[in-house]
Amino acid sequence: MSDLSTREKIHPGTAPGEDIALEIVGDGDFATTDMTLSIGPAHPATHGVFRIVLELNGERITAARPVIGYMHRGFEKLAEYRDFRQIKALVNRHDWLSGFSNELGVALVVEKMLEMEVPDRAQWIRMLIAEWNRVLNHLMFVGSFALELGAITPMFYAFRERDEIQYLLEAATGGRLHFTYNQVGGLKLDLPKGFLAESVRLSKLTQERLPDYFDLVLGNEIFQARTVGVGPLPPEVALSFGVTGPTLQAAGVPEDSRVTEPYLKYDEVDVPVHLGENGDSFDRFACLLYRIQYSLHIIDQIHDHLPAGPVNTKLPKMVKAPEGAAYQRIENPLGQLGYWLESDGGRTPWRLKMRTPSFSNVQSIPYLLEGMLVPDAISVLGSVFFVVGDIDR
Amino acid sequence: MGVMDQVELPKPVRYVFNWGRKFSLWCFNFGLACCAIEFIAASTSRHDFIRLGVIPFAHGPRQADLLVVSGTLTDKMAPAVKRLYEEMPEPKYVISFGSCANCGGPYWDSYSVTKGVDQVIPVDVYVPGCPPRPEALLDGIITLQHMIQHESLPDRIAGRRQDAVTLGADAPLTLEGR
Ligand code: SF4
Repeated sequence: MSDLSTREKIHPGTAPGEDIALEIVGDGDFATTDMTLSIGPAHPATHGVFRIVLELNGERITAARPVIGYMHRGFEKLAEYRDFRQIKALVNRHDWLSGFSNELGVALVVEKMLEMEVPDRAQWIRMLIAEWNRVLNHLMFVGSFALELGAITPMFYAFRERDEIQYLLEAATGGRLHFTYNQVGGLKLDLPKGFLAESVRLSKLTQERLPDYFDLVLGNEIFQARTVGVGPLPPEVALSFGVTGPTLQAAGVPEDSRVTEPYLKYDEVDVPVHLGENGDSFDRFACLLYRIQYSLHIIDQIHDHLPAGPVNTKLPKMVKAPEGAAYQRIENPLGQLGYWLESDGGRTPWRLKMRTPSFSNVQSIPYLLEGMLVPDAISVLGSVFFVVGDIDR
Repeated sequence: MGVMDQVELPKPVRYVFNWGRKFSLWCFNFGLACCAIEFIAASTSRHDFIRLGVIPFAHGPRQADLLVVSGTLTDKMAPAVKRLYEEMPEPKYVISFGSCANCGGPYWDSYSVTKGVDQVIPVDVYVPGCPPRPEALLDGIITLQHMIQHESLPDRIAGRRQDAVTLGADAPLTLEGR
């Protein structure tokens, strides 16, 4: 556990290379009163309906308090009223940018309870779609984070790629955001004809275009001025808050469930992990971009490996999990997602508990924002990657 | 709107007036959940609803003509939507985008989800889907424009005053209250 009292004081008001710290100065009589500023729940910078209450002393934030629950839709309770095959159509909506990964988690945990063998081909296809989904998710954040810092162009670039990938996935799954392609024991259908050729083409195309993002965003001086050194998250603090995913990797912790606890066939492919050094906004964003690159690298390997064979197993009319419980964690695009599923032997789960990455990631926001200037808060809020539905469930 | 809601314009003038209004809809996107992503997709290069005259750069509800509610409305959020709607100037239009906004969608039996924004604010066009495709939003916008072209402003505003939505009349609606 970390010792929060020994954290370094940071001065995020400085540009890279400068060491002038912006301090609030005043002579003896000059007094400021604290102001409370409530950002959200309908504010563009919080993408979604995240609300955060800031205590301000001038421009400097003295305390930040996230207010969550505006998007609480009651997934955990609703899952108790859907049967084991139906819950995946529900849970793929909590993190709406990673629909496939979410349903994959549920499929895996149900299969674990049923001790079901999933055909090889289905596992490889699941990996393929999950990695494409990761690319989709990260592209969205690349666009939105740049947008929040005032750059509109990356959003259009990101959506150019996103649209093509969405069309590709739609060909296989029929969905653009919420695929509902998994099924207990495999997949709904096999890949359509021509999918692989298109997937190979798109992977190549995206890899060719990726340097644009590196140059356009990471190489941009204004972007650097607004992110380098802003909101550094030390690894021990990140771990103590349970932060995972790109936010944790940016702090230099090589934690990725695909490597440390491989599921599906991740142990048969090479999964590189990019690590940041300082854990600041810049590193977090860089990690995101590298994760796109490495996902495409994994996709290329999957193209080479994809075996032939069936993609699903025959299911009984009614899927009933035996009494007991199981836990499965997977690497969602934003971090570690875990499902704890408990069954009393009936048709529906007795309890589904979700451990969602965004919920843990936002826990670090009060720590990060304290002592920061208001404009930098946008840079931190955008780079601690979260999806509001994933926080509130 | 001052005199506009009192006086019925002569037909040719009304035609031009409505034609002008329908192609300059400043839109405020109230993005709540998944559907907001498809709304953004509809605003980018491929689908591009700006060519229909819908401009998604309204700085806030006070500058907007069109409110697009995209996503799940929860009971905790409902007062904020209501307030947002009331901040918009007349004539104002609402598109409910997605099943959740229409009727609660996949959360029809959830304890915390409002079963449709039309319980809180009046809705002009419903776009179905979970999430609807961007093309569906384009279709919804064209439907709305068709409505605007053929409507009479005094009638609309008079109708508005009659069936004001009365949610919160018996219980105070506050942001903190829920
Ligand atoms: S209608 Fe579907 S996609 Fe849209 S907000 Fe609701 S659950 Fe999400």
